[in-house]
Amino acid sequence: MKHTEKDSPGYWQENIRLVKILLGIWFVVSFLLGIIFVDVLDNFRFAGFKLGFWISQQGAIFIYVFLIYFYLKAMDKLDDKYKLNDEE
Amino acid sequence: MSVQEMTYLFVGITFLLYITIAIKSRASSTSDFYIAGAHVPPLANGLATAADWMSAASFISMAGIISFMGRDGSVYLMGWTGGYVLLAMLIAPYLRDFGKFTVPDFIGERYYSQTARIVALLCAVFISFTYVAGQMRGVGVVFSRFLEVDINIGVLIGMTIVFFYAVLGGMKGITYTQVAQYCVLIFAFMVPAIFISLLMTGNVIPHIGFGAELNPEYGGGYLLDRLDGLNQELGFAAYTESIRSKLDVFFITAALMFGTAGLPHVIIRFFTVPSVRAARKSALYAIFFIAILYTTAPTISAFARANLINTVSNVEYSAMPEWFKTWEATNLISFEDKNNDGIIQYLADPQDNELTVDRDIIVLANPEIAQLPNWVVALVAAGGLAAALSTAAGLLLVISSAISHDLLKSNLMPNISEKKELLSARIAIFFAVCIAGYFGINPPGFVAEVVAFAFGLASSSFFPAIVLGIFYKRMNKEGAISGMLVGIIFTASYIIYYTFINPAADNADGWWLGISPEGVGTLGTLLNFVTAFVVCHFTAAPPQEVQAMVEDIRVPG
Repeated sequence: MKHTEKDSPGYWQENIRLVKILLGIWFVVSFLLGIIFVDVLDNFRFAGFKLGFWISQQGAIFIYVFLIYFYLKAMDKLDDKYKLNDEE
Repeated sequence: MSVQEMTYLFVGITFLLYITIAIKSRASSTSDFYIAGAHVPPLANGLATAADWMSAASFISMAGIISFMGRDGSVYLMGWTGGYVLLAMLIAPYLRDFGKFTVPDFIGERYYSQTARIVALLCAVFISFTYVAGQMRGVGVVFSRFLEVDINIGVLIGMTIVFFYAVLGGMKGITYTQVAQYCVLIFAFMVPAIFISLLMTGNVIPHIGFGAELNPEYGGGYLLDRLDGLNQELGFAAYTESIRSKLDVFFITAALMFGTAGLPHVIIRFFTVPSVRAARKSALYAIFFIAILYTTAPTISAFARANLINTVSNVEYSAMPEWFKTWEATNLISFEDKNNDGIIQYLADPQDNELTVDRDIIVLANPEIAQLPNWVVALVAAGGLAAALSTAAGLLLVISSAISHDLLKSNLMPNISEKKELLSARIAIFFAVCIAGYFGINPPGFVAEVVAFAFGLASSSFFPAIVLGIFYKRMNKEGAISGMLVGIIFTASYIIYYTFINPAADNADGWWLGISPEGVGTLGTLLNFVTAFVVCHFTAAPPQEVQAMVEDIRVPG
């Protein structure tokens, strides 16, 4: 059976809201923390790292993994809420 | 065993493994050949996607580029991983639900237009050929440097191996060899990184060693502070400081991200899993496996640079270790004693600098520079080959399916039988391998520049067309086609102008708005979006059945 947007009102809106939040974080981490304000963050240090440098070479990539992990969990939950599962 | 014998052994074993997998996973239908029958489990697809994505450039060149660029190398680290966030949330699950074979398939059906399909097909073929030439070259380089085989014979051996498993197994064969290739390449990348971190800082985990203090014999103090100091002493910018403009860094990073999300050989990997849930899960596995290499690369860059400067700077040429002589023979490193004092002066100022170092040496020679055991050196050769071959195979499949499926089946010969379509896919991949090999043996002088091209085109053509196709129901064929054309023509003209017509102006002062050709894909992408919106509002809405199709792919099942 084919499911479409009309069979599950609300699903698409919730999906969009989730993606907006996660891509907002993605933008802030990559472009604001990693590029625009990187010099300000470089004033903070931990171990041998300047914070801005660490975010742009390591931290951002860890955040990407977490964002996609969170997306997966939240979408699976959303699918269950609307009883959508295409795995059977 | 000598390094060379060991390299032959490792490369031989891995090749045998790939061939065994190929024989076990022959394709018997077009669905097998294009999308592995959509039966690939998420974990396997994640591993395959990571190998598919990480090319000879990621494995051999990236750590070296960062080593010489320092802070500014971050554009590649964020750009080539951040695109996965876009891919995972905006593209992969929906194209999986759409459930066809190729990217031009989606563009053609969503925009109910053969013109759109042809534009997409041409972009896909161009992007993939651009990319694959570099991979074949990478195979030749590894063979010639580690095995002292002629570079052309190296390319031919690589072609034969790819040919074998791509023609026999199509996507099915490619997928399972990529799984094996990921394991080989990540092991080969991590072992030297762990060794060098242990050696220089006493930390097993390179990510921690990156921010740790150096052992006393390497000068003590934090690695990055020491590196800043060494760089400045020699007249280079401090390692952790940026010299590029923020605007340009912003645009390059964004262009690489949009491009990553729009590359057809990566997108089609998500057609191979059985469900939308599986597509999301494999996106997570893929970014995780990619992140292992991408977070380790900058640590290698820093360790290797500190080590290189320590070893060569202001030291007598006659006292150079053996690796220096070995790599001098391959022209990857060269010394010209300008002031005849017999001592190596490695300086930023080209007038007094006596040492020329190729960036690829950072990964290829790293194990020798750090005096690691022979088997580690041999491992790096096998890893480099795995990275190049896995990416080449994925690209060749895109080319083959564009010809046999999008051009023949969907356009010229709609009544072709499945058996004949499968045969033509195999013939197409045969010719694609030959053309790729030709470019590997006779590389056009501008390989590096055309890779910027591939990303620019992927970001300014596919990315907006696909995202709008899913998220904007009202988008019609007029909007999408004019958007793609404007995006491509703008981006291509900008790159062609600065690379071929007026290369003298290719510097920060000559660029329009200060944006380099590498970053112009971002502008092209934005232009594509704007054009598509404007045109679409002056033309008719898409037909009802197309809108229904969009409603269908938005919801799993």
